[in-house]
Amino acid sequence: MTNPTTTDSNGGEFLNTTRRTFHLAAIYVLGALISLAMAIPTAVYLLVPPKGRKQSGFIDAGDISQLKPGEPIELNFQQERLDGWRLETEKKTAWVVKGADNKVVAFGPQCTHLGCAYHWEAGMNLFLCPCHGSDFALDGKVLAGPAPRPLDRYVTRIENNRLQIGELKQSAPQA
Amino acid sequence: MRKKIGDLIEEVDRRTGLHTGLRKFLYEEIPASSGWHQVFGSIALFLILIQFFTGIMLAFNYAPTPGDAYSSLRYILTEVTAGRLMRGLHHWGASMMIVIVVLHMVQVFLWGAYKKPREGTWIVGVILLLLTLAYGLTGYLLPWDNRAYWGTVVTTQIGATVPVMGQYVSRLLASTGDIGVVTFARFYGLHVLLLPPATLLLVAFHVFLVRRHGVAPVPGDEAKAKKSFFPEQVFKDTVAVFIAFAILFVMAVVVRVPLERMADPTDTSYIPRPEWYFLFLFQMLKVFSGPLEVVGTVVLPTIAILALILTPFIDRSRVVRLRQRTLAFGVVVLAALGWGGLTLAAVKSTPPQTAASSIDFSGPTQWMQLSPAEMAGVSWYRQENCASCHNVIGDTPKSGPNLVNTARRHDADWMMAHFKAPATVTPGSTMAPVNLSDAQLKDMLALMVKLTPDNAEVVDSAPAFATAGAVIFEKNSCGTCHSVNGVGGKIGPALNGLDNRRSEAWVIEHFQNPQKMSPKTPMPPYKFPDPDMQNEVSYLLTLPDKAPTQ
Repeated sequence: MTNPTTTDSNGGEFLNTTRRTFHLAAIYVLGALISLAMAIPTAVYLLVPPKGRKQSGFIDAGDISQLKPGEPIELNFQQERLDGWRLETEKKTAWVVKGADNKVVAFGPQCTHLGCAYHWEAGMNLFLCPCHGSDFALDGKVLAGPAPRPLDRYVTRIENNRLQIGELKQSAPQA
Repeated sequence: MRKKIGDLIEEVDRRTGLHTGLRKFLYEEIPASSGWHQVFGSIALFLILIQFFTGIMLAFNYAPTPGDAYSSLRYILTEVTAGRLMRGLHHWGASMMIVIVVLHMVQVFLWGAYKKPREGTWIVGVILLLLTLAYGLTGYLLPWDNRAYWGTVVTTQIGATVPVMGQYVSRLLASTGDIGVVTFARFYGLHVLLLPPATLLLVAFHVFLVRRHGVAPVPGDEAKAKKSFFPEQVFKDTVAVFIAFAILFVMAVVVRVPLERMADPTDTSYIPRPEWYFLFLFQMLKVFSGPLEVVGTVVLPTIAILALILTPFIDRSRVVRLRQRTLAFGVVVLAALGWGGLTLAAVKSTPPQTAASSIDFSGPTQWMQLSPAEMAGVSWYRQENCASCHNVIGDTPKSGPNLVNTARRHDADWMMAHFKAPATVTPGSTMAPVNLSDAQLKDMLALMVKLTPDNAEVVDSAPAFATAGAVIFEKNSCGTCHSVNGVGGKIGPALNGLDNRRSEAWVIEHFQNPQKMSPKTPMPPYKFPDPDMQNEVSYLLTLPDKAPTQ
């Protein structure tokens, strides 16, 4: 298809071409400006993580004055989690162990293999995962089974004999 | 390279016809008289795209159920980056759409472009105008704040007064009795599921009809050579679209759209007001009251819509030059005067918003957590101009130290001594003694203890009515009997959540004559003069529903 070669009364072919070039350039430039002005905020809107309110670092998980070395206990505590516009209160669990050196460690409740809930087998003196048979020692190290790394640990601190639990840190793979 | 692209386009075109179709569309012939006055249709089409796009973007972060709708919108406004811009574009885009659609109609009307054979194009246009208003009406409820809720109460009640049909309208909108979750679902469904595809279909039909009949010529066009739509008219349309977009973008950035308190069906003191483009209808209802109300709610709007639809059949004369369309000009001027007059009257007669309902809940609201003493401290902080020498936020260097965390470094005695005679505790200090009473200094001390980097903005964001209210609260020792935000006595009821229990009028009456409102109360009367009474009551009614937990 050919462009209609209309010529206005006072302009020749040349004038017509420059006008046309100007019109085309303006259409593309203005169109591009509008697209950019929409595209950049949209990318920011969709991709920048929301600011989020600050969450309190440590949650009181309970009294540990009765905790005996080598006898892990399961502690339940409530944690607030920010889910978009909602503040959810979740029930969380930790396996709390007092080691031989009297240091207290809180393990995340899931096996590091595929996330099953493990438990303490007092008779065998180890943490046992029922799913694929991973065994963990009192210090969290993998003794047997497919688990790739030791049990994950919570950041903890102790105030007046009460255990306070912070975020769960993923452990490094076991050599 | 260029040849290869050309070949590719041709191959695709042979199979799809896309390129030929586009060229046919762009190189359509238009009358020689076409020009800048015909850009409004393109702007309206562009705004539809903007509304669709920003609407979808908002939906990505929005939960369409009452309650969650409010918190998710607040999340968009306060936590999502560029969220306020998206909402601003959608909000102001809606207003701009009304303006542009009306201008589009006025242009078509003045030029007589609705005449035979273009009656269908005009009627589809009128239906599109009604759809635009329906978007405004249904979208108004979606933020689920007090403004949305009470505005919708009024609109649905107007709908309910329609004889015979009214009750069915109410049932359809699930607004019989109260506005609730079902009403919300209906409005949301209409706004995002029914109206957009209807708009798309009708716009497509509208554009199809424009193309079918061609752009309307004016007398004299027959003698001149036709022009091509592309690129000259497209250039004009693009410039107009760009100007409209620039205005919209600046408005979205500059003019803040507030979010009010979450919808509260018990807040009967709230004064509803509709969106600006519905104000004239709102005002018209005041003219027709009692048995005549139906004239304002049904008869006149119906006549207006019918007159619009029938315009091409009422005016069947031949197309004449713009200068000869005196009657058409008269109609437009009368309509503009009528609309403008009613809108102006509505704006003038609407009482100003109460302080409590004007708070922007998408802004900082930390000040609501302060105790009365701390809040009064903010008042003294401002009165004594502490900010001229001290920072609490920001780090423009000032002569005095940053006051956040001050109280952690010093005890109360040191602070009080420092307020009264700075140089005695800090040798060499050039600070002037703070000229306040001991009780007032204690408020200031309370504020200093409270300030942290997280809440320091309260010294700027606390509204004046709240600080004034807190000063009155402290001066009259209200805290001896009442607690606010967990601080104060337990003899009288805690004042948090007062706005859920009592209206503004009740609280004022109760201050002046407590025994009249609650017969056995030991509370003495307080006859505060205005504006003290207003400030005090507004302060108490904006307290959070529950005392903050610490």
